[in-house]
Amino acid sequence: MVPRRFISNFDAWFIIVVLMILGLGVLSIYTVTYVVSSKAHLSIYSKQVIWIGLGLIVFFAVAAIDYHELARWSPFLYAGGVALLILVLLVGRTGMGARRWLSLGFFDLQPSEWIKLVVILVLARYFSTRSRLQGLTVRELILPAVGVGIPLLLVLKQPDLGTALVLLFIFAVLVFLIGLRSRTVGFSILLSLMAFPFIWEIFWSVLKPYQRNRLIAFINPAIDPMGRGYHALQSKIAIGSGGFFGKGLFGGTQSQLKFLPEGHTDFVFSVFAEEWGFLGVLMLLVLYFLLIWWGIDVAYKAKDHLGVFLAVGVVSMLVFYLAVNIGMTLGVAPVVGVPLPLMSYGGNSILTTMSGLGLLLNIKIRRFMLFY
Amino acid sequence: MDLYTSSDNPRELQNRLGYLMIGIVAIFVALLLRAWYLQITKGNYYREQSENNRVRVVSIQPSRGLIFDRHGELLANNVPSFNLYLVLEDIADKKALLDELARLIQMDRAEMDRKIRSRKNNVPYMPVKIKDGLSLKEVALIESHRMDLAGTLLEPEPQRNYLYGSLAAHLLGYVGEISPAQMQESDNSEVLPGTSVGQNGVEKTYDIHIRGEVGQKIIEVDAGGHEMKVLRVQEPASGNDLYLTIDLNVQKAAEEALGKDAGTIVAINPRNGEILAMASHPAFDPNQLSRSLSPADWEALASDPSHPLTNRATQGQYPPGSTFKLVVSSAALESKEVKADEQINCTGGLLFGRRVYKDWKRGGHGLMDLHSAIVQSCDVYFYEAGRRVGIDRLADYAFRYGLGQPTGIELTSEKSGNVPTPQWKMRAKGEPWYPGETLSASIGQGFVTVTPIQLANLIGTVAMSGVRYQPHLVKAIRDRATGRLFEFPPVQIGRVVLAEETFNTIRQGLSGVVSEPHGTGAAARSKIISIGGKTGTAQVVEMKAGIETKSLPKEFQDHAWFIAFAPVEDPQIAVAVLIEHGGHGGETAAPPAKRVIEEYLKNGAPQIHQQL
Repeated sequence: MVPRRFISNFDAWFIIVVLMILGLGVLSIYTVTYVVSSKAHLSIYSKQVIWIGLGLIVFFAVAAIDYHELARWSPFLYAGGVALLILVLLVGRTGMGARRWLSLGFFDLQPSEWIKLVVILVLARYFSTRSRLQGLTVRELILPAVGVGIPLLLVLKQPDLGTALVLLFIFAVLVFLIGLRSRTVGFSILLSLMAFPFIWEIFWSVLKPYQRNRLIAFINPAIDPMGRGYHALQSKIAIGSGGFFGKGLFGGTQSQLKFLPEGHTDFVFSVFAEEWGFLGVLMLLVLYFLLIWWGIDVAYKAKDHLGVFLAVGVVSMLVFYLAVNIGMTLGVAPVVGVPLPLMSYGGNSILTTMSGLGLLLNIKIRRFMLFY
Repeated sequence: MDLYTSSDNPRELQNRLGYLMIGIVAIFVALLLRAWYLQITKGNYYREQSENNRVRVVSIQPSRGLIFDRHGELLANNVPSFNLYLVLEDIADKKALLDELARLIQMDRAEMDRKIRSRKNNVPYMPVKIKDGLSLKEVALIESHRMDLAGTLLEPEPQRNYLYGSLAAHLLGYVGEISPAQMQESDNSEVLPGTSVGQNGVEKTYDIHIRGEVGQKIIEVDAGGHEMKVLRVQEPASGNDLYLTIDLNVQKAAEEALGKDAGTIVAINPRNGEILAMASHPAFDPNQLSRSLSPADWEALASDPSHPLTNRATQGQYPPGSTFKLVVSSAALESKEVKADEQINCTGGLLFGRRVYKDWKRGGHGLMDLHSAIVQSCDVYFYEAGRRVGIDRLADYAFRYGLGQPTGIELTSEKSGNVPTPQWKMRAKGEPWYPGETLSASIGQGFVTVTPIQLANLIGTVAMSGVRYQPHLVKAIRDRATGRLFEFPPVQIGRVVLAEETFNTIRQGLSGVVSEPHGTGAAARSKIISIGGKTGTAQVVEMKAGIETKSLPKEFQDHAWFIAFAPVEDPQIAVAVLIEHGGHGGETAAPPAKRVIEEYLKNGAPQIHQQL
């Protein structure tokens, strides 16, 4: 089924890179949670290891099914995904001011994490049939815009700002890739300008006060409502105090003394950077860069347009998360609360990222296959 | 159309992939440069900050919204208060510091230890409040010893201040530090530990509107924990202001009229359900409760046998006594079991089964029609009326008037009273209903209990010919940020549908109670306003025949009721007065009712829509 001989050395390296990042993530999670997790049934880091195990299974499973098949199913996946997003708004579990999760007993499903992959599938399917030199017409842009718009509004309603922004980003990158006719560009700009006040109104009204504060705090840190700048400040102190060589495992005073909130989820990079220093940051960024590079390479060598768009969709998702999460911890992006792919604790994030990577491998191993 | 067969290599896309890669490289380089800047360029600065944990976050408490009466008279505001905090991690020698502090501000060491132990969170460097409301002398003492007192923090913070002390204490409530249980409530998800929140009355019910938003300042401190530099400040946002429905002057009149007696007065506008006054004695001083109370003081207050913390208006459940005859009259007339002009002979008692049900007047009232039976509060007449109507229909009318259920006023822990039915008795006592119990219920004794606010609402409903409004305490909320006023419109919650003739007959009876020569409520007669009302006497203990209750100790004497409305021809106010162990309603409960009514109506009927 899986054409094993197509897995090149390069792909083996890629899998090693992924495992290294995952390992560094578990290590960081372990150092900040080993104290508190003694009374829980399962410690946080061992749960993360289980998620990673499941993630690897999902990774190979997604790689095994021909991506043309996945694209064929994408309308159904899309309908199911949107239905789940609506279900979340109706019966979802609320946590930290947002309604994001469906309780399945053993697992809290977060449909907004999965909808990103589904949106990548439907967009890639649509764009792959309309790829030509002149670019898209206005009419051709309407359907994908609506297709992204529906889940985008639904996740905003939860509210889940991070997912909404990544959907927008993926859409923008794919549109950039396929190109627009000059008339379409002009029309889009005009329409955007006209629609902006309304969109902004909707956008602003669904945000929780703390989210508005974060945005305001980012645009104008001097205002800094509710001291949200506190997170960013403590994160900067943690990273900066790591210096060149870092403080060593368990040596991070910021994270160990709990000055740093969310050390195992959104701010896991700060924990890592405090312990490993600039040297570690450099190493980690190189690992992530190798991952992205491999993704772009997959797109470059893909057999058909569908493969290109799928690969670029996954890559842009990863790049967005890396840039926003790490930027946030470094104090150069707003605190929007997105996970760091492969490192932050969380089943949904690990599984969806691994699925995305599986999709990349999927495209890679089928680049020489004839279409049947 | 072939979906995926563009099998030629997508060359035209590859240029764009190149641009994309350039963008990605730029992002990675930017992140790396930023990390370099933080970790290498400013590495020493941040290392120092992390080692000394120089950065602290201090909450700035907001001002709670002000509370006004209906005319904009201030009832509660905030005054500055100096509070003393300890930052445990900054203390070098805890015992020495606490001893020194105990000496300086005369504070019990055990009390200090208790406060330190009670720190719930394990957030390091979170200040723990040790004492609030420090005197200026104590502040000066601590400031002058500041260098020896590393780890102490003096914060000027707003303290709730109730201008009239115990006036309307139960309806205003008080504030206090949020409890761990309250932290779990969804409304309080963003409240930080140590914050003051409403603990009773409208302070509690409307807390989310008036609490404001906590501000924060991020400060850099020296090794002793003293503030050296303010890095960032987020000012707190004041809470919204409350405009209550009560009228300060009427409230004052009610408080004075109650005096030292244990009891309660509720005054309500029957046209919209606005509470005009609500007094409950004995009361407490919310100023005292809003400061941190020692467990001993709290225990003393909570276990005080006179129950000062209980709001008797909404939480006191008493037998209604003869005031219940309004319900019996309604049921008897509507069911046509009794005609208004039918005469029943009162001989001082009614033989029913093997027992004589006695009238309060020895020798009886003679021939009574409904009007004179209400005026003179003839028990025998109502025994007979109740017997004919039966307990089920009596209970039905009681429920229609809102008895047996909370009124839904915006105060916590409101009681519902009890309207007995045979089913209820079987459930609660496991016994069948005895026919004689219907007779007891007909004069408001036995198992019937009501709260004073229910009775105020009941007579208001009679005054308004059956229209019932939701009693409420807040007239409007003013948004501090925009200055906009959000008014609460009156809410009609139902209508007791009786013939207008029935209401007229009852109202004429109520008017006679006060104005006619034999009326039991003559003490409420006013020179300036026509008042209608009904007296009531609620038995505390069952009396053996022939014993004058007045000769008994105070705690065995009956509770006195008077419920009233005025003016009779154009009702503007409904009042319920209950004096615990006050004896006969006509003597002790009627004068306070008159006083409150006169205070409210002395300048003629007030406009319903007043300028705030």
